[in-house]
Amino acid sequence: MRPEVALPILLPLLSGAVSLLFWRSRPMQRFVAVAGNIALLIASLWLFVATLSEGYITMQMGSWPAPFGITLIADMLSAVMILMTGIIGLAMGIYSLATTGRGHEKFGYYPLMHLLLAGVAGAFLTGDIFNLYVWFEVMLVASFALLILGGERAQMEGAIKYVTLNLLASVIFLSAVGLLYGTVGTLNMADIALRIDMVEHAGMVEVLAVMFMVAFGIKAAAFPLFFWLPASYHTPPVAVSALFAGLLTKVGVYALFRVFTLIFDQSMGYLQDIMLWGAVLTMVTGVLGAAAQYEFRRILSFHIVSQIGYMILGLALYTPLAIAGGVFAIMHNIVVKTNLFLISGITHRLQGTYQLKKMGGLYKERPWLAVAFFISAFSLAGVPPLSGFFAKFVIVRAGIEAEAYVVTGIALAVGLMTLYSMVKIWNEVFWKALPEENHVPVSSTPSGDDGRLIKPSLWMMYLPVVVLALFSVLIGIFAEPIMLVMNTIGEQLFAPEGYIEAVLGVAANAQEALLETDTPQPDMNTIGGEGTP
Amino acid sequence: MEPLMALAIGLLYATAIFMMLRRSIVKLVIGLLLLSNAANLLIFTTAGMTRGAPPLIPEGMLQPVGEVADPLPQAVVLTAIVIAFGVLAFAVVLIRRAYEVVKADDLDKMKDTDT
Repeated sequence: MRPEVALPILLPLLSGAVSLLFWRSRPMQRFVAVAGNIALLIASLWLFVATLSEGYITMQMGSWPAPFGITLIADMLSAVMILMTGIIGLAMGIYSLATTGRGHEKFGYYPLMHLLLAGVAGAFLTGDIFNLYVWFEVMLVASFALLILGGERAQMEGAIKYVTLNLLASVIFLSAVGLLYGTVGTLNMADIALRIDMVEHAGMVEVLAVMFMVAFGIKAAAFPLFFWLPASYHTPPVAVSALFAGLLTKVGVYALFRVFTLIFDQSMGYLQDIMLWGAVLTMVTGVLGAAAQYEFRRILSFHIVSQIGYMILGLALYTPLAIAGGVFAIMHNIVVKTNLFLISGITHRLQGTYQLKKMGGLYKERPWLAVAFFISAFSLAGVPPLSGFFAKFVIVRAGIEAEAYVVTGIALAVGLMTLYSMVKIWNEVFWKALPEENHVPVSSTPSGDDGRLIKPSLWMMYLPVVVLALFSVLIGIFAEPIMLVMNTIGEQLFAPEGYIEAVLGVAANAQEALLETDTPQPDMNTIGGEGTP
Repeated sequence: MEPLMALAIGLLYATAIFMMLRRSIVKLVIGLLLLSNAANLLIFTTAGMTRGAPPLIPEGMLQPVGEVADPLPQAVVLTAIVIAFGVLAFAVVLIRRAYEVVKADDLDKMKDTDT
């Protein structure tokens, strides 16, 4: 029994259930939103510390031995992702208190937020591929409902695109899981990793790899299947946008990292080239799309796409250092991107619009907000000594070591374009004087997303922004210890034997030898396999 | 049996994609429904179809005798059906609300968020 692995899933589920019990009590739901997410943060810290000292922590659900039951496993990658989930969860819990309109709170905003976090945590921790699908759906259904809370026209239109594309990806994922089970006869990812090397049809394995790549590529918003993201992420209430921007697409990237290091590591071949150029095109289209936009959250949405490219680039280069850089990029991006969305929410509260042309003068009015934006934006662009610089530095270095000069050059150019977009926002929102026609009095009554008055509680919005900006600086300052963790992740992902051993309980080669002598091809009709008497 | 199933599944996928490519949002949702059914049948078929051999252990034995069907894909399909049903219920409500707001059953009219 290792409760720390299950807690990050159970706690948000519990908070969600408690919040549902207090359906009519707004103060209670708000209390649970913060208390539950503090508990989640503590649990994720516990898991992180435990994983740091032990490497892998596994828990077999219901004590069923490994390939038969559902395994929960935390390696360093999962632990880091869970830690980020905890941090962002708490930041969102606090920020939501100030920004969520009463109308949204009444229709289950907080329970949905908890269930979304549970789905995200489950996807990060499961060691079973069908269970991964189930957690994806838990997360998706919660996100669907959050996306349309409020029911405005833009939300409905965005939601139709978001729902369709994500369901399509889910079905491709599910079909791939079915075909994979038909091919290897197991659903446990570690067991699949062992058995897939013994499949006679190399073509079948490639087909499966492509199906997983497309499915997770849609969910991660990679080129050419990213267009649902900029069409929908700017429509919901800003706290929801920030939560989606920070965590949801990263779950797709996480799944890509997991599947393409653990299961399909042998069959990369030309798939690696596809992924590499997919990553490059993702970076370029994202950043070019952002250049054409003048709406705060849409610019940021396109930059999510662009940054996803960097992460996938780390995976596609496929060296331990590149993978470490990719994970560094994921971690840094979760903090920074969430923070930028949160800041866009504050500027919206202050000036009543997301249109850059109508905003201005915030540098004079709120210098500290400007500093927080400056840190996050320049970190996103990769200016040293902020967190984004080190993420980019590691990926670029890995690219040069892998002699992928063209790709690396494009990655650097995209960084420059990112800087352009961020400077554009900086100029329009903070430096330029407020346009005459949109002169909002500073003491305008703040209102929730549904227009009803709520208390002016700006500190609840500032607190997460300041803390996350501080994180970005700290990640930059303490880049070395973080890089040590990232290197561990890179090594763990690059050599999945440790993962397999942690799940199945025996050394990987011994298990493989056992499989080869006992059942050369997994037989569909023997239930129980080689373990039962 | 398998070739027949394969044909049916292929037809389901094709119909689903065709429906999804049309402009009407109602047809889009029908397409999604067919798509999830196709995936469920695919799991059911690829995992191997064993006829007339339920995975039951005879009394007094520790494991089943002879060839039996694999119960796992059926559990998987069952889970997937439930999930698809829930998501479909959501999608139906969504298109109803979308129709109320946009006043058109036409995806081409939903371009507000694209520019």
